[in-house]
Amino acid sequence: MEKFTTHTGRGVPLRRSNVDTDQIIPAVYLKRVTRTGFEDGLFNAWRTNEPDFVLNQPQYDGATVLVAGPDFGTGSSREHAIWALTDYGFKVVISPRFADIFRGNSLKAGLLTVMLPEKVVQILLDDITDDPSTQITIDLEDRTVQWSGELHDFELDDYTRWRLMEGLDDIGLSLKHVDEIGAYEARRSAWLPTAM
Amino acid sequence: MGKTLAEKLWDSHVVHEAAGEPDLLYIDLHLIHEVTSPQAFDGLRLAGRQVRRPDLTLATEDHNVPTTDILLPIADPVSRLQVETLRRNCEEFGVTLYPMGHALQGIVHVIGPQLGMTQPGMTIVCGDSHTSTHGAFGSIAFGIGTSQVEHVLATQTLPMDRPKTMAVTVTGDLAPGVTPKDVILAVIAKTGTGGGQGYMVEYRGDTFEKMTMEGRMTVCNMSIEWGARCGIIAPDQTTFDYVEGREHAPKGAEWDAAVEYWKTLRTDDDAEFDAEIVLDASILTPFVTWGTNPGQGAPLGANVPLVEDFEDEGQRSDFQKALKYMGLTAGMALRDITVDTVFLGSCTNGRIEDLRAAADIIKGHKVADGVRMLVVPGSVQVREQAQQEGLDAIFTAAGAEWRGAGCSMCLGMNPDQLQPGERSASTSNRNFEGRQGKGGRTHLVSPLVAAATAITGHLASPADLQEA
Repeated sequence: MEKFTTHTGRGVPLRRSNVDTDQIIPAVYLKRVTRTGFEDGLFNAWRTNEPDFVLNQPQYDGATVLVAGPDFGTGSSREHAIWALTDYGFKVVISPRFADIFRGNSLKAGLLTVMLPEKVVQILLDDITDDPSTQITIDLEDRTVQWSGELHDFELDDYTRWRLMEGLDDIGLSLKHVDEIGAYEARRSAWLPTAM
Repeated sequence: MGKTLAEKLWDSHVVHEAAGEPDLLYIDLHLIHEVTSPQAFDGLRLAGRQVRRPDLTLATEDHNVPTTDILLPIADPVSRLQVETLRRNCEEFGVTLYPMGHALQGIVHVIGPQLGMTQPGMTIVCGDSHTSTHGAFGSIAFGIGTSQVEHVLATQTLPMDRPKTMAVTVTGDLAPGVTPKDVILAVIAKTGTGGGQGYMVEYRGDTFEKMTMEGRMTVCNMSIEWGARCGIIAPDQTTFDYVEGREHAPKGAEWDAAVEYWKTLRTDDDAEFDAEIVLDASILTPFVTWGTNPGQGAPLGANVPLVEDFEDEGQRSDFQKALKYMGLTAGMALRDITVDTVFLGSCTNGRIEDLRAAADIIKGHKVADGVRMLVVPGSVQVREQAQQEGLDAIFTAAGAEWRGAGCSMCLGMNPDQLQPGERSASTSNRNFEGRQGKGGRTHLVSPLVAAATAITGHLASPADLQEA
């Protein structure tokens, strides 16, 4: 995973709540067995059916921060939703609230998901709508989001922040405890089922 | 202070804990399928890692599989490659797989319980959000992404922060025609799609205690639709009776030891939940969705809401967007909504009791003109059981299509899809835009409402048939 310390980029205002992962990437794109190249699936139905959908507006080309309404990423656990966002070029998603599985996936796969209060997200949505060239800086070290005179703290636990800043592989971290895993296995109940 | 059931289950699976770090949680059972696993196996290969516990890993083919001509190669080359990739990966890494055509194949959340692999007191994960289903047995069960699938394959553990706990207490008897599906749809409508976010939920109260295991699975299955990390029901005699005798259930002295332990899996009287929701089940009626998320639902006898029913601007705009997509008019009666398709199946309502309940209504009737009804059993075993009971003959005599087992039209990854603009009454779990096919419109319903709707051609309950 790439290390993340700070990112500055322009934002895309997605004024919708309850954006489920079926919208982020429809199931038809989930048939692939590779981990790259999912950008064509991102918001495919909305990009296809709605000419004025925000990603179809040229002033947001090349933007890297997605700003969305509450309950972003509900529904299916598909990590392809994260891959579609990162393959498209997004580094950060800002929303008042994320679905648990989506947020877990994002922080494993190196897409920073930032929660800000709904009122603050509203200001940001308005600002990037009024001026699409607004530069937004997300500083993971200080846990702040900054743009045109606004400065807001966001919460992220120390452990996840450290892991993202170091770009650490979660599996490697867990395998440091392999002896404890073995000891746990030795005391599991004999009746627990096996698939063999 | 005592512990909640969720806390007991969690604590008994912690391999490593340290201040300022997530708990490292042991995983008792890892279910996998073709869609969310290929990139995880690739990751293992890249890092030169093995599957730590192939014996605690079980694979099946469900999302992509066609429900007709199941013994032929899959026609769609992309789906075929994904299924073949799973087969290669399972062979290379020594994982047991029940492929298409196998007598034990089926939707991953149907076959786990059916085989007795799902038992009380476990931690169960799968790269699928409806893994919450298995919580019906008194286990912590939740969906994970592909990075976590790789993590569990490599370590049989997951680093997790312990969620908060919530009680959903529902009491009272369900009226005739009201099912576990209606209970959970009513809960979701009350809380919205994010109401359970950050919580392990325990469903408590006599309404759940009186449910069969299949009913409890329907409830827990949809925990994710209101954002809960998992949904749990304390194991009781109903649970033990369901598990006993199944292929992977403990036997003899081990059975006795297991049951003795399982009986301790209850929330202590002095335990406290971080939050609680209370609902009276006796006032519930059949429930359906009108919108594009599972929280946008109402009793069947009600009308589509009006814009004035919503307070804030965001909700109003969501409402109008949903209505436009669904092609409905504000204030219209839900019973006036006509459908093209009825889908009976999925990990929510594709079990034998669901098929029996629907067949009981359909028997002696015909599916309405212009309506197609797909009946897709949740597994090959469910299909065979239904055939032994003659349910297939009831469905086909009514004009419904009797299909092979799989996820099918719940998410339309196989050829079973809605066409743009088509409308379904579906016993599945998600009514998202395009979920059942691009441009398709979905109303979530119970198996009873699905059957009555198939007969009348509009959203209806069995009681409507008697009046007609």
